[in-house]
Amino acid sequence: MVRTNRFTPYLFVAPLVGVLLLIFAYPLIKIFEFSTKRIRGFDGPDIGLGNFESLFKDPVFGQAVAHNLQLLLAVVPLLLVSLLMAIALYERLRGWRFFRTVVFVPYIIAVPIVGVVLKNMFQFNGPINQILRNIGLETLAQDWLGDKNIALWTVMTMIVWRESAFGIILFVSRLLSLNEELTEAAQLDGAGWWQRTRFIVIPQLKGVIEFYLVIGLITMAASVFAYVYIVPGKGAPANGTMVLELYIYNWAFEKHLPGIASAASVLLFLATASLMFLLFRLRRQAANEELA
Amino acid sequence: MTGFISRVPRSQNTTPNGVIKRRHGLVTFSLQGLLILAAIVALLPAYFMVISSVKAPKAYLDDRIGFPTEITFESYDTVLNEHPFFLWMGNSAITSIGSVLLSTIISALAAYAIARMRFRGREFLLSLSTSLMAIPPVVMVVPLFVLFSQIDLLGTYQGVILIYSGLMCPFSVYLLVTFFRTIPTELLEASLIDGASTLGVLWRIILPLSGPPLITLFIVNLLYVWNDLLIALLFLPDEKLRTLMVGVSVFQGRFLQNIPLSMAGMALASAPMMIIYILFQRYFIRGLVAGAVKG
Repeated sequence: MVRTNRFTPYLFVAPLVGVLLLIFAYPLIKIFEFSTKRIRGFDGPDIGLGNFESLFKDPVFGQAVAHNLQLLLAVVPLLLVSLLMAIALYERLRGWRFFRTVVFVPYIIAVPIVGVVLKNMFQFNGPINQILRNIGLETLAQDWLGDKNIALWTVMTMIVWRESAFGIILFVSRLLSLNEELTEAAQLDGAGWWQRTRFIVIPQLKGVIEFYLVIGLITMAASVFAYVYIVPGKGAPANGTMVLELYIYNWAFEKHLPGIASAASVLLFLATASLMFLLFRLRRQAANEELA
Repeated sequence: MTGFISRVPRSQNTTPNGVIKRRHGLVTFSLQGLLILAAIVALLPAYFMVISSVKAPKAYLDDRIGFPTEITFESYDTVLNEHPFFLWMGNSAITSIGSVLLSTIISALAAYAIARMRFRGREFLLSLSTSLMAIPPVVMVVPLFVLFSQIDLLGTYQGVILIYSGLMCPFSVYLLVTFFRTIPTELLEASLIDGASTLGVLWRIILPLSGPPLITLFIVNLLYVWNDLLIALLFLPDEKLRTLMVGVSVFQGRFLQNIPLSMAGMALASAPMMIIYILFQRYFIRGLVAGAVKG
């Protein structure tokens, strides 16, 4: 420990405390306050739970929630793709370092940029459908972004395509830091590739898998704004890709009713907070069971 | 000669201990196939972007996926002459470098105190700050917007730099505290005995030893700010202050029909990060995960 007088430590943490109060504490308190008021400009009259009533009466709010829930499903393919690719890279096949560099490229290109490119690729007469037609799968060609029932699945595929890059790199670097004596011993004992992978390699990844799962869930619940803003364009077609972030954005900055936007923010905050709480509970429970 | 020989044992398919990984031929074949397929899927959008950007609009309509028969840089000319891409990149550079510097300074000071000094509320501050990582920025946006318009920070670099720095602090503090705790106490005590000040220890002893976590922070935070759309869209609406991502979203809305032009714009916009990635690839892959792989 560095010995100091009583006040020095507080001087060192003061800027952090200040910026956290301004950027986190103040807004989090304010959304609760705003959510009970009809805000015009900076303030407005108290209307109790009026904003929440408006939310629950608005069918678009229900759609946004349903879409975020649907996006949570993407965590499954996200995890499977990342894990599979990481294991394939870990085998150190010919040129694996090159492949590692290449599969990370989607993560380097920003979401808005990739969004514009993918949007063009998935147009009805765009290259994806042209490829499908060329290889005789004409029937699979869809109006990927124009059809209200398909658009969100298309966006989900794009999210998995980009976000799994981070998962792959995360898992590969964990794999490379494993002690390989265990795997080598198993191989000497005659365990095949699948047995080594299933019973020795994957169990050692448990911690990172959990970590990635948490990141994935937060992403799907509350960090897909740039995708839906750019790709189909502001929740199009017919709110087919409306999500909570865009919903908040619309009420606050398009319709200028921050009260309703704050009510939605409160609900999103409570949802993510309880999701985290639940995951930590589960984690602690699992840890206790392991000890018992 | 010796150089050649020393490279031989580290051939393909072996573990670091030199044990050859044995697999069924079919497994090797499928995994290799999987890697090739993944590489194609990962690069397909970049391929489409570059290929389309050098086609004439009519040539694009004739063939949307093949190599161009004739290469033209017409679209790049138009984009560069009519759209301020370099201004947008400059604005992005100011906001990202400013936020990365500010958040690193704030976090390093706080992490030093949390990791190395005794004071009341230390553990509480750390766990509170760390738990803020799970809160999505969109939740904070509405009150910040109202507040910033009241205190005239809306549409200023200072305003967005403050927001980004705040958002990045929880992760930065967590990462730096974890690292600062691993530095041997003797090292710090020795320099204190030599008469270094409290701040001097941070500046002369701790930071020079903290290369790896600082590189991680630099890369993670730079990518976050450079790539962000939401905050920049709301807090820098002024045409002259637009960041690259806001510029991209405005630009793309205007050229839905002219795809080569749109793709030339995207190729330009993705160039800075791609160049940095290719040059510093090693640091990127190591840096991005260094903070995340504990346990």
